Amino acid sequence: MSAAGALPRLAATGRVTQLRVAVSEWTKIRSVRSTRWSLFAAVVLTIGLPILFAAVTSSHWGSLSPRERSDRHPVEIATAGVNLSQLPIAVLAVLTITAEYSTGMIRASFTAVPKRLAVLWAKIGVFSLLTFALALPSVLVAFWASQTIVHKHAELRVSLSDPGVARTVIGGAVYLMLIGIFAMALGAIIRNTAGGISIFAAIFFVIPPLLNILPSSWNQAISPWLPDSAARAVFQLTHDSGSLAPGPGALLFAGYCALAIAIAAVLLVRRDT
Amino acid sequence: MIEAVELTKDYGSKRAVDGLSFTVRPGIVTGFLGPNGSGKSTTMRLILGLDRPTRGDVTVNGKHYRDHRAPLQEVGALLEARSVHPGRSARNHLLALAQTHGIPRSRVDELIDLVGLHDVAKKRAGMFSLGMGQRLGIATALLGDPSTVMLDEPVNGLDPEGIHWMRNLLTRLAGEGRTVFVSSHLMSEMALVADHLIVIGRGRLIADVPVAEFIQGAGRNVVRVRSPQATQLRDLLAGPDVTVAALDDGALEVSGLTAEQIGDRAGDHGLRIHELTPQQASLEEAFMELTRSDLEYQAELQEAAP
Repeated sequence: MSAAGALPRLAATGRVTQLRVAVSEWTKIRSVRSTRWSLFAAVVLTIGLPILFAAVTSSHWGSLSPRERSDRHPVEIATAGVNLSQLPIAVLAVLTITAEYSTGMIRASFTAVPKRLAVLWAKIGVFSLLTFALALPSVLVAFWASQTIVHKHAELRVSLSDPGVARTVIGGAVYLMLIGIFAMALGAIIRNTAGGISIFAAIFFVIPPLLNILPSSWNQAISPWLPDSAARAVFQLTHDSGSLAPGPGALLFAGYCALAIAIAAVLLVRRDT
Repeated sequence: MIEAVELTKDYGSKRAVDGLSFTVRPGIVTGFLGPNGSGKSTTMRLILGLDRPTRGDVTVNGKHYRDHRAPLQEVGALLEARSVHPGRSARNHLLALAQTHGIPRSRVDELIDLVGLHDVAKKRAGMFSLGMGQRLGIATALLGDPSTVMLDEPVNGLDPEGIHWMRNLLTRLAGEGRTVFVSSHLMSEMALVADHLIVIGRGRLIADVPVAEFIQGAGRNVVRVRSPQATQLRDLLAGPDVTVAALDDGALEVSGLTAEQIGDRAGDHGLRIHELTPQQASLEEAFMELTRSDLEYQAELQEAAP
């Protein structure tokens, strides 16, 4: 420590603005290891899984029955990785909020920005942009790479200009971004890492298969409206009576996100830290 | 300037802060003294708006903390509970907080140097020792060049050199006209740096006095006297400003007279004295006394109200 203990004066301080809080959140998110690892895993899964599926499908194409062949859709191969990469994205999203509580950082954050909602908006904004900025090139690379691998089979060739294909591929990136937003809101509501991740897993992985024990007419009536299938509709090329069209699905899931964020916002303002 | 009025905070059925009213003035070091668990940290969280008061109100420079446009310029706080992500470097921690106010990077580096963390600024804060963590907390508190500095147990974990540095810093900050509010559970520490004391116990205000007055009160001149003619001596010493108490071992405890005065009077009247000992309660004892009686009072109240 300096011997004098003199505190140099600060030439000028500015006031807190939403943009400044966003810059601060960007510094926070880029300066912890969990961000790098989670996003690296998400990119690898988004690109790697379609490459693997494409390679397997391509090499076994000759031995597949016509029925099996019609089941293999090239766009589904291209977006297969999204199903898995949603997991690291969701975990990181939950952590971005809950780690502040578990480490006590939240006290420093809310002391600097006592109007707490600014922190929530900044976190959601920065995380969404970051996720989308990585997810979009990843799904495009996944599409291009898987198409390159299956190119020799005419039935598996598609182009981004074919009807619905570009929308579906880009929808994969939108899906990842929305999943992140939803998981963040859960983290802000639960304020506990294990709890937040568990609730996310329950909504997206546990409850949907459980619905199969219901009579199928009930199941078909209920499941399209659940967060899981509404969100999934965003990157599905085709839809049937058991699922929503991409537009309504995206809207419904955005509604779920808005609801979760609204609950998180109310609690954030009201609760003690 | 911090002003608390009837500040009260309940956590469930437990009352952590109970009707606290006080003012912390600029230009001096105000010590916030109380045993562990007496509500010091809760009061500080209420000041920062991290927790909401159940009743009452507290303002900083005339406004609620959350209503200030540049809060870090109003209050710089070091809380007792850790408030740092262990995976982030000291520099990035400070930078992220600085950026919320548009405070430049150069200021971050300046403070890292000031608190002596230059060599470890890029290391993860989770690797820091208690003392290093405390220094980072102090750098955080000073980031916005705040008019009020509020530190919860700042010397915790500091080495002797660090403690010395901290005392100088507090005195200097107050000398610059800032409001300095420092909590401690150690009276001796406060006696060295504070000009004014706010003492609490069980969330209630016990004393709000200048340190000089507190020390005077604590240093009451009590003299222990033993004499085979205790009864006569007692009558002899009696006076308007003198109190004489009989102790269990037969000795007398006299306040209001010096040992010399007692000895002279006894000699003048031919009374024999076997012991004559001036006794001075230390500050720590005075503080313990003050808070202990409060605790006992509280305990009695609880027993009385089933």
